[in-house]
Amino acid sequence: MNKHSAPINLAVMHTNTRHDSGPKHVSGTAEYIDDMIEPVGTMHAYLGLSTKPHAEIVGMDFSAVLAAPGVIGVLTNDDVPGELDISSAHMHDEPVFADGVAHFWGQPVFAVVAETRDQARRAAHLAKIEYKDLPFFTDVRSAQSAGGKLVTPPLKLERGDVKAGLAGAPRRAKGAITIGGQDHFYLEGQIALAIPGEDEDVTLFSSTQHPSEIQLIVAQALGIRHNAVTVNVRRMGGGFGGKETQGNLFAVVAALAAKKWNRACKIRPDRDDDMSATGKRHDFVVDYDVGYDETGKIHAVDAVYGARAGYSSDLSGPVTDRALFHCDNAYWYPAVRARSEPLYTNTVSNTAFRGFGGPQGMVGAERWIEDIAYALGKDPLDIRKANFYGTDTDNVTPYHQVVEDNIIHRIVDELEASSDYQARRQAILEFNRTSAVLKKGISLTPVKFGISFTATWYNQAGALVHVYKDGSIHLSHGGTEMGQGLYIKVAQVVADAFGVNLDTVKIMATSTGKVPNTSATAASSGSDLNGMAAYDACRQIKERLLAHAAKLHQVEESACEWVQGGIQAGPKFVTFGELATSAYMNRVQLSAAGFYQTPKIHWNRATGQGHPFYYFAYGASVSEVTIDTLTGEYTVDRVDILHDVGKSLNPAIDLGQVEGAFVQGMGWLTTEELVWDAKGQLRTHAPSTYKIPLASDVPPVFNVKLAEWSVNKEPTIGRSKAVGEPPFMLAMSVPEALGMAVASVADYAIAPQLDMPVTPERVLMGVERLKKEARG
Amino acid sequence: MVEVTDAIRFLLNGEEISLTNVAPDLTLLDWLRLERRLRGSKEGCAEGDCGACTVLVGRLFGDEVIYDSVTACIRFVGSLHGTHVVTIEHLRGENGALHPVQQAMVDHHGSQCGFCTPGFVMSLYGLWMRNPSPTRPAIEKALQGNLCRCTGYAPIIRAGEAMGTYGQPQGDVLWAERIAVKDTIKALNDGRRVVVGEGDQQIIIPASLDDFAAVYEANPNARIVAGSTDVGLWVTKFMRNIGPVIFIGHLQELKRIAENASEVRFYAGVSYSEALPIIQANFPQLGELWNRIAGEQIRNMGTIGGNIANGSPIGDTPPPFIALGAKLHLRRGEHRREIKLEDYFVAYGKQDRQPGEFVESVTLPLLPAGEKFATYKISKRREEDISALCGSFRVFVNDAGTVGMVRIAFGGMAATPKRAKAVEAALVGKPWTMDTIEAALPAFAEDYQPISDMRASAEYRLLTAQNLLKRFFLDMAGQSVRLKREVA
Repeated sequence: MNKHSAPINLAVMHTNTRHDSGPKHVSGTAEYIDDMIEPVGTMHAYLGLSTKPHAEIVGMDFSAVLAAPGVIGVLTNDDVPGELDISSAHMHDEPVFADGVAHFWGQPVFAVVAETRDQARRAAHLAKIEYKDLPFFTDVRSAQSAGGKLVTPPLKLERGDVKAGLAGAPRRAKGAITIGGQDHFYLEGQIALAIPGEDEDVTLFSSTQHPSEIQLIVAQALGIRHNAVTVNVRRMGGGFGGKETQGNLFAVVAALAAKKWNRACKIRPDRDDDMSATGKRHDFVVDYDVGYDETGKIHAVDAVYGARAGYSSDLSGPVTDRALFHCDNAYWYPAVRARSEPLYTNTVSNTAFRGFGGPQGMVGAERWIEDIAYALGKDPLDIRKANFYGTDTDNVTPYHQVVEDNIIHRIVDELEASSDYQARRQAILEFNRTSAVLKKGISLTPVKFGISFTATWYNQAGALVHVYKDGSIHLSHGGTEMGQGLYIKVAQVVADAFGVNLDTVKIMATSTGKVPNTSATAASSGSDLNGMAAYDACRQIKERLLAHAAKLHQVEESACEWVQGGIQAGPKFVTFGELATSAYMNRVQLSAAGFYQTPKIHWNRATGQGHPFYYFAYGASVSEVTIDTLTGEYTVDRVDILHDVGKSLNPAIDLGQVEGAFVQGMGWLTTEELVWDAKGQLRTHAPSTYKIPLASDVPPVFNVKLAEWSVNKEPTIGRSKAVGEPPFMLAMSVPEALGMAVASVADYAIAPQLDMPVTPERVLMGVERLKKEARG
Repeated sequence: MVEVTDAIRFLLNGEEISLTNVAPDLTLLDWLRLERRLRGSKEGCAEGDCGACTVLVGRLFGDEVIYDSVTACIRFVGSLHGTHVVTIEHLRGENGALHPVQQAMVDHHGSQCGFCTPGFVMSLYGLWMRNPSPTRPAIEKALQGNLCRCTGYAPIIRAGEAMGTYGQPQGDVLWAERIAVKDTIKALNDGRRVVVGEGDQQIIIPASLDDFAAVYEANPNARIVAGSTDVGLWVTKFMRNIGPVIFIGHLQELKRIAENASEVRFYAGVSYSEALPIIQANFPQLGELWNRIAGEQIRNMGTIGGNIANGSPIGDTPPPFIALGAKLHLRRGEHRREIKLEDYFVAYGKQDRQPGEFVESVTLPLLPAGEKFATYKISKRREEDISALCGSFRVFVNDAGTVGMVRIAFGGMAATPKRAKAVEAALVGKPWTMDTIEAALPAFAEDYQPISDMRASAEYRLLTAQNLLKRFFLDMAGQSVRLKREVA
């Protein structure tokens, strides 16, 4: 008996199944692209980056580069035979290398190709690039005052009479909040390996969330058809959105070199160059004017979302759109107008990052909630509750979609009770009355996050399932694995569908040659889309096998039933392996391509109306913090989370997503600060200067629970909900709690209005400002 | 006359390595990945900050082999002579199973993307060997130098808490090996000087402290490398040519710590980790600071001498050492001299060190009874971060309640670590009261004109420096002014 004929483990769906690569991760045998054995003669490319924030390139002298040891050649835009565009938005605003003008410090200007990576890297520093300086600006405010040039058309969402709502409101909250960006800090940096093939063929190994996009962009740059390019992705060492479009450049450079010299080529930037040359989360400045009344109920919101888009469009259109889609967070606005400004700046073109603009929109919403609470002298939680979407009324979003699955009340009520919020808040108020230097804060913030790509056509997926003669299964789908556990979840779906052990299903690397025209693994959609596509493939094979079993055993199909381990055909039980063998012998197809498209969704960007989201995911968190009013240092002492993932496909994996997202979100809002200097250079481009959370930043008390009672109202795979992005925004309670601690120095009479990230410096300066204002 | 050999010899996992052709700037990580094709150790940052490349290096310590976690990305191969390098590829359990630490990680869902995981496993493995069932604070400390972007660390901490139940070091197959390894390492440390290569590609591994003094006097242009936590980045980030290099991290005589009734003398090669118990015993006020210097791997590599010798304005040891009145012992050949530590730092990038001269040791006078002393490090992230500023305060309040003596020194506030002499002058002889403190605060602006950079603004630095003096006063008065991260 071989090990694959072990007894059937009954439940694979909705179980705490471990990550399929876990044993390989811990033993160092999980292969990332830089770990692959390179083909003989593999060349190495390295980028030369602009050392000016905005300048005309008036001369490029590569003589010293070419004379350097090991150098094979230099790549410039002249070496691009096809289209000079790697823009994911296909806006033709992102050349491979700076095209005559460098738009930001760190923009790739050329690439060196050499025998070794070290040789290429050293040689890249020998180029003499002559620049003629142009005026530059790097932040939102200076971009706005320089005329507000946009990189992509803005969006306006409007519902109700905002003018009247504001005018008629008894009270107003007006202000602005600056929200910083965030570097992805995937542990595995950008990397691509290109291997030239016969004719026009090229095979790529790319650390990308979007293999089909890499395929398109490489084909476009080489001037060849898509069918000549194959892109493979086994796994990424982290993505978080940073590999949705940012791999394009690296793949194109590797492919250009591979085809030019007919040798394999690998490119992997150093961490500092990766962080300088690739896009990040968008920084925002939100200007707002909110009308409300004495009960704290919001009457109208008018807000403008200025975003540091960087020099080109990239994904800034959909990112700023999603900020607007989440300008409400979980709150109903009787009247609302939200406008985006995706602003040109002389910085790297910003891109997707977990939440995709949503977090910035939601931080804005929490800002005016906080303003209202402090103005009225109330607990912000009361203001939140007063403005939550209703279930039957008061449930239309700024984009005119009706919220049909609202569970925020139950989530918040349960968390408020389980976290003992009210008693702890009273204890904190008491503590702050007597503690002179140390002050505490507590906050409960909600999350409502819309699930689906707002680019409606992205909401489709394909899968390819093979059953071999021995009953073993090959699973391919369009989703990519970046650590989130997508592969194991889809494998669970397939094992469950066939009623076989999980180890019967072999998970294959994602390849454009297996499943074509895939969407990015993004927008938290991976399991929703690929799980359903794989299920569809299984369904087709199962139907054929069932019909075959009925025929074989001469019973009606209605007398046949899929059970664990095979089919019960009348009185006869046939194992899955036996079925596969006999199906083959009887010429029954054992392979199927599955497909899925998300139903119900539509979106008209011109009118700002539609039903862009299939459903919403909900959650809430309570954070308690202590600050030191002498230095601004703080600790996050306790965090309680209740989060909605519908009926979880894999609670262990989902819990990991929630914990990880919270800590990553906390980093964004606390210590992760991007700093550009007066010369326009990003100064935080390595872990020595850019500080993501550590193990010792995890709250000492960290109670994370999934809302086990939640079931997706929509027929998603297993009635689960997407989990990648929504829990990221749970971290909003941390800066809100820090704000409360700061506000304590002025007896909570003044809104703290801290900008993000709330670094120790921002806390101290907030304390100083409030003390000063309180003194008058 | 010292005997000379021409091979760097060490153990890699189970294999004895002998290298006669190795560049001074070849990093252990590049050698493992590119030459040995051991690709379990990952490059995440190439500056010793993320820990994805963590390996263990075993070395003789007394009559034992002890293993330190280090970051292979900034550890030079030339520094490995006479050691045992253990990589993730060497970890295994019994009968081909996963190692207990690995199995704990898998069972607790401690990996997501997996890229940082080998580094975490190695750090946990290093901890498990010393302390198989660690507390959460011990786990957090061991993992200070490991970054994970996926998990939020919670499952990794849970794995660390549970790993002792998966197996004990005494049952570890590697544990048994390591006892045999000792003899090999002893044989490799054969008392000969190692010289590899020539010109600016030369590596010199002196046989002894005296040999080092002689070699450096004869080669004053050579680069001294002890822990390579700074020089490593010159190579990986700035691609500077650092050769010829004299590696001194192995010299036992430079790892001496001499204590007597009035002072403690650290020789320059003592790592932060090695110094910790002595610091905790003699200067308990520095215990917290010590554990906030970089991460575990860097504390295992970096040396007290290096932190002083490189003259950085943001090193964490000079402010407290200056406040304590440290004396620095410099040596050139057989010539030795002693200066006040504060006089060593002349200007940015300039120290009072002559060609061929090196920092041999530093002496810290013990704190006289009755004196108050504290050091406060301020950084954006609490741990594994470079100071925005670091202030050290020492005061003696006499029976009359007035300040009899005060020494204040800061890092991060000027181009060098520097005393706050104007503030000291404003305090000395005055009653030790908050009024005196308040009155002295403006003097900070005379002492320091800090800069704004990515770590903090000038305004924040100055204000916080002033507030730290207030904190010192309140702290010494026993008031509750210090944040505590309470871990159950």
